Formats: sequence, structure tokens, C-alpha cells
Amino acid sequence: MTVNVLAFGIVKEIFSGSSVRISLPEGARAAELKAALEQAYPRLQQLASCLLAVNSEYAAPDKQIYERDEIALIPPVSGG
Amino acid sequence: MTDIYITSERLDPAACIEAVMHPASGGIDVFIGTVRDFTQGKRVLRLEFEAYEPMALSEMKKIAGEALSRWPLHKIIIHHRTGLLKIGEVAVVIAVSAAHRAAAFEACRYAIDTLKQTVPIWKKEVFENEEVWVAAHP
Repeated sequence: MTVNVLAFGIVKEIFSGSSVRISLPEGARAAELKAALEQAYPRLQQLASCLLAVNSEYAAPDKQIYERDEIALIPPVSGG
Repeated sequence: MTDIYITSERLDPAACIEAVMHPASGGIDVFIGTVRDFTQGKRVLRLEFEAYEPMALSEMKKIAGEALSRWPLHKIIIHHRTGLLKIGEVAVVIAVSAAHRAAAFEACRYAIDTLKQTVPIWKKEVFENEEVWVAAHP
């Protein structure tokens, strides 16, 4: 399957765009998606933290990913 | 009552205070986050705030809900600004009302501290010679 990953803040610069599409095996979990993104974009590993959100909720590493999910990569937040 | 809001328009702290007023309230506590002119000795020209809006609203609602369940509050407002902000402009307003001040102080502090940890909003500091996404790197 191919999933779309939304980017915000510094991740937009790392992706050179506001989203990327990435191929994953069916039934992949959040941890696998994160590893695939880090392999494709090694600069992600230099961030203080980087979390995945699935359908607007922070996702645990074992959260199963579906093609229709809205997925976002959340670099360290700095609101307020 | 909760009022959660993200906007690229100017925030209005006075309106937030007005909106949390309640006849049973003995105190209102407000946090107003503003844009500072210097960071670590470097002059800041402006800030740029970006939000992942649906998730940011959902996380802000969770904070308001948690505050209402932990303290006997009457009303809570969390408003956050996005886009380009100049020095002195208001980036965030949190206002809470309660019968007694301890609950108002504690809930307001909880709300801003948690917002800074969980709400997907990002701030870029624009200096004379560089631009830095705050907290991105260790």
C-alpha cells in the first residue's frame, strides 16, 4: 500500500514539501512507517523527537496503518 | 463552558476575560503569550506559527476537558494564533474562571504547560541572518 504523510514545521523542509507518499507492506505498523521515513530522510533522526499521528491522534508504535488514514509526522512542538 | 479556537487574526485578551466571567466566579486567571524581541542575545524580527489545525484543536479540547475535570472551573478559553507575528503581538490566550483563585491559577498553568508539550503547533523564529524552528533539534 502507499500512504500519504503530512509534514509540518521543520519536517516540511526535510521533505522539501508539505507531504510525501511512501510504500509500505499491508498491515504495517506505525513503527515500521517511522523507520521507513527515517531511512528515506535521514535528517529526521537529528530531530529532538518525531512522533507519528494517525487520524489526529498520537500513534503508539504498534498502531496498525491503513491506506485511508490521515498520517502526519509531528516534530517537536513549540506553540504558546 | 469551553471555547477553543485557532485563528490567523489578531487575538483579543480583553474579550477572552469578558467571556469567562461568571456570576459564581471569585477569580479569573489569564495567561497571555507574546512575541519577545530577543532570544539568547539575538534580535528576533518576527515569529511564524504553523498548526496542524484539526489535531491541534483536538489536543486543545483534551486540555480544556482535563482542566475542567481536575479543577472546579466555570469556564475555560484557549485561543491560539497562527501566521506571521510581530514583536509584542499575542500568540496565545488562556483564560479560566473559578470560585476560588487556587483552582484558577493551577488550571491556567496546567493548560499552558500542557499546550506547549502536546499541541501540534510550531514556531519559527526569524532572526536577521537565520530562521530557526524552535526546539526542533536537541
